[in-house]
Amino acid sequence: MELAFYIAGAVAVISTVLMLTRLNVVHALLYLIVSLLGVAVVFYVLGAAFVAALEVIIYAGAIMVLFVFVVMMLNLGASAVEMERRWLTPGIWVGPAVLAGILIIEVISLVRGSTASLGGGVVGPKQVGIALFGPYLIGVELASVLLLAGLVGAYHLGYRKVEKTEIQHDDTHKGRAVAGGDLVLAGADRPARTP
Amino acid sequence: MIRLLWLIPALPFASALILVLIGSRLSKRVAAAVGAGSIGLSAVITILVAIGFYTAPPPGNSYTQLLWSWINVNGFRTQIGLYLDSLSLVMLLAVTFVGFLIHVYSAEFMIEDDGYSRFFAYMNLFVASMLMLLLGNNLLLLYLGWEGVGLCSYLLIGFWYRDPANGRAARKAFILTRVGDTAMSIGLYLLFTQLGTLGIQDLMQRAFAQWPSGSTYAVAAAFLLLGGAIGKSAQLPLQIWLPDAMAGPTPVSALLHAATMVTAGVYLIARTHVLFSLAPSAQLAVAVVGACTLLLAGFSALTQHDIKRILAYSTISQIGYMFLALGVGAWQAAMFHFVTHAFFKALLFLGAGVIINALDDEHSIFRMGGLRKELPVTFWTFLIAGCSLAGLPFVTAGFFSKDLIIWNAWSAQYGYPAFWIAGIIGALLTSLYTFRMIFRVFFGPLGIPVTKRPGYRMTIPLVVLAFLSIGGGFLKQPLLGFLHSALPSTIEAHTGGLTEIRSETITGLIFLIGLYFAYLFHLQKRNWADALVSGPVGRSLHQWWFADWGFDWIYDKVFVQPFVWASEINKSDFIDAFYSGVVWLAQWFYRGLSRTETGRVRWYAAGMAAGSVLFLAVVLFK
Amino acid sequence: MLAGILFSLGLTGLLVRRNLIFVLMSLEVMLNAAGLAFVVAGARWHQADGQIMFLFVLAMAAAEVAVGLALVLEIYRRFKSLDVDQLSEMRG
Repeated sequence: MELAFYIAGAVAVISTVLMLTRLNVVHALLYLIVSLLGVAVVFYVLGAAFVAALEVIIYAGAIMVLFVFVVMMLNLGASAVEMERRWLTPGIWVGPAVLAGILIIEVISLVRGSTASLGGGVVGPKQVGIALFGPYLIGVELASVLLLAGLVGAYHLGYRKVEKTEIQHDDTHKGRAVAGGDLVLAGADRPARTP
Repeated sequence: MIRLLWLIPALPFASALILVLIGSRLSKRVAAAVGAGSIGLSAVITILVAIGFYTAPPPGNSYTQLLWSWINVNGFRTQIGLYLDSLSLVMLLAVTFVGFLIHVYSAEFMIEDDGYSRFFAYMNLFVASMLMLLLGNNLLLLYLGWEGVGLCSYLLIGFWYRDPANGRAARKAFILTRVGDTAMSIGLYLLFTQLGTLGIQDLMQRAFAQWPSGSTYAVAAAFLLLGGAIGKSAQLPLQIWLPDAMAGPTPVSALLHAATMVTAGVYLIARTHVLFSLAPSAQLAVAVVGACTLLLAGFSALTQHDIKRILAYSTISQIGYMFLALGVGAWQAAMFHFVTHAFFKALLFLGAGVIINALDDEHSIFRMGGLRKELPVTFWTFLIAGCSLAGLPFVTAGFFSKDLIIWNAWSAQYGYPAFWIAGIIGALLTSLYTFRMIFRVFFGPLGIPVTKRPGYRMTIPLVVLAFLSIGGGFLKQPLLGFLHSALPSTIEAHTGGLTEIRSETITGLIFLIGLYFAYLFHLQKRNWADALVSGPVGRSLHQWWFADWGFDWIYDKVFVQPFVWASEINKSDFIDAFYSGVVWLAQWFYRGLSRTETGRVRWYAAGMAAGSVLFLAVVLFK
Repeated sequence: MLAGILFSLGLTGLLVRRNLIFVLMSLEVMLNAAGLAFVVAGARWHQADGQIMFLFVLAMAAAEVAVGLALVLEIYRRFKSLDVDQLSEMRG
């Protein structure tokens, strides 16, 4: 058991480091997914199978998919890779590395005292469910409200007025001097391919 | 009747208050009525009080009216009290009466000015302070009036404040009199700490009882008071502010700087005459100061071309005569000369005002001429006043008063022949410059044409004062006798070959000599005057005397420049550094902190991370 | 400890990368690490609370990602770049 923990932990750490240093966005996303899967394994080892499942489904599944979706929509291409290359100079790692290093040291020294054993009881989903509907009911409701707010916000922010694109569409049509508006005949000026 | 004494200073003060508060909303007519009317009422009450005092003199020939207790601290008690004796009564009459005439005059003179009510407010405040000065029964109250008139002098000289030159003249006057005032206040401290009181009569009694003649305290106190008197009365060496004070309106020059304020010094010395008689060296100093000043100012008056400056130097010179009289012990003669001088000098100034107004603000006598036919009333009154100033024998009041002083300069207890000679030369100079002025302004070809003629409000005061300039002479004996109750009579110590009649004859001759020479140089053969001035000796003398014997220049080099230099270097001294250091520190922090507001998210995140790192460190190492 | 390491890695990533997407990703990493810490704590004391906290963290992360990505889209439309440093109008 312990071995699984260490391996999964190492996988998570390594893939996170790799994720940080990638130039291509999509590569980095994939590494992030690997990292999340590693953390899910850790959860399972700890006995929280329910959370492990949740991690995989929601985090690695839905959220990362959202990321991928947006990245694809942005359609950044090769220029983005160029930019990243320019931005990511070695020198830039120094400051944050120092800060993070100090943070790590502090955290480690904080948890040094306690020794914890892995394994022990498995906290099953049933327990979690009872707790959710019991003492943590309010939290659940609040979370749902939060999600609603997120939904509305995302919708509003993503809303795009349609007229602009239609106008552009018309202009391009006029340029073609063909009986306009008909998408089927839009490419009529192209030499027809013989079927 | 005598109990109305307190109204005399209270009325002008009340009207000053009214004019200050609502003056701008009153019409010019009402403002003038309030302003001049209060002085008029004061004059009437003064006359009534005088009649009461004269016909039924109160015991001890003095009347004290205590109004209320002013300061009562740990043994230092002063009251607001009014003290009336013949000395203050004489001055009161002169101040209120001449003041009233000048107020009536200025009701027309200042009619086109925007600050009409402000002018009358200041003038009334001035008269109120002057009356307080004269009536105060203790030196502190006198000092209050002293400062009050100084303040009003500053306000009135700089009345047309929009011209910075006027402000400079006003400040010069104030600063120089301040020097004198400081000396006087040190004198007051000295008197109080040594004698325990500031009430004038008590003071004189205690000084007489406790201090032997010539004691250092007496001498010191007397010299300090003399310092104050020199400042206020524009004597050597603090005389340079008075010619520049002519920047103010002419009624101001007439009231303050001819008739009343500048004689405050004379009054002070006369009041504390006991102190001065206990300090013969101080009294001698008074006489020397007077003699030197009258000569110096006389020479300077001879070279001026601004009509008001001639009159200013003439005032300095005449007050020098008064100081001379005080110094040789001729107390009553000094007061007599004060009274006559108030009449004719005020008249001269008012006449000059008429001329300046008529010629559209022209001040130089060399550009005037031939006004004899154009302004007849002004000419005759001016001529009368000028003759009185120069001392036309037997007819004019000035002759009697000045002559008395000159005679006493020889014969009185502390008189020296040198003083007499100075007086004679001064008389010659007076005659010369007076008639130079008259011949240049009124005779000869017409200079600048007359554009405005004075109305009745300006001519009636002129006429009244002219009558007084003539008739005042006949007041000599009654006045001297009246003053006897307040001032010791002059002891005729030595005559040594000269009698009063002979002295009078000599002064009469001097008058005629001056008249003749003035006629010669300024009417008959004017080119002789020009030749005299353009010759090498003549020119340097002329320039030197024109610049008031170089006093301005000396003071500038000795006092003003070093002071300005010192304050320049002192601008950024180490105490200032404290305050500017605080400012600099604040700015440094501002610059530093504003650099943290970059607007970049990563920077903020780094800040948060650093903060949490620090926090954890604190937790760890606690 | 693992949580701590992951967290600081996420922090570093956040500070270093200028691309907005990466910033958001690093943020996710940090959130994950925090959730991990919660679960570990819950497992130690055999209570369900740790997992519950993680659940909440997850829900919050989901909402935040949704809004954040919508913002990213808007920013890209407006500024034509995803450079975080360029978005510094609140300067000063």
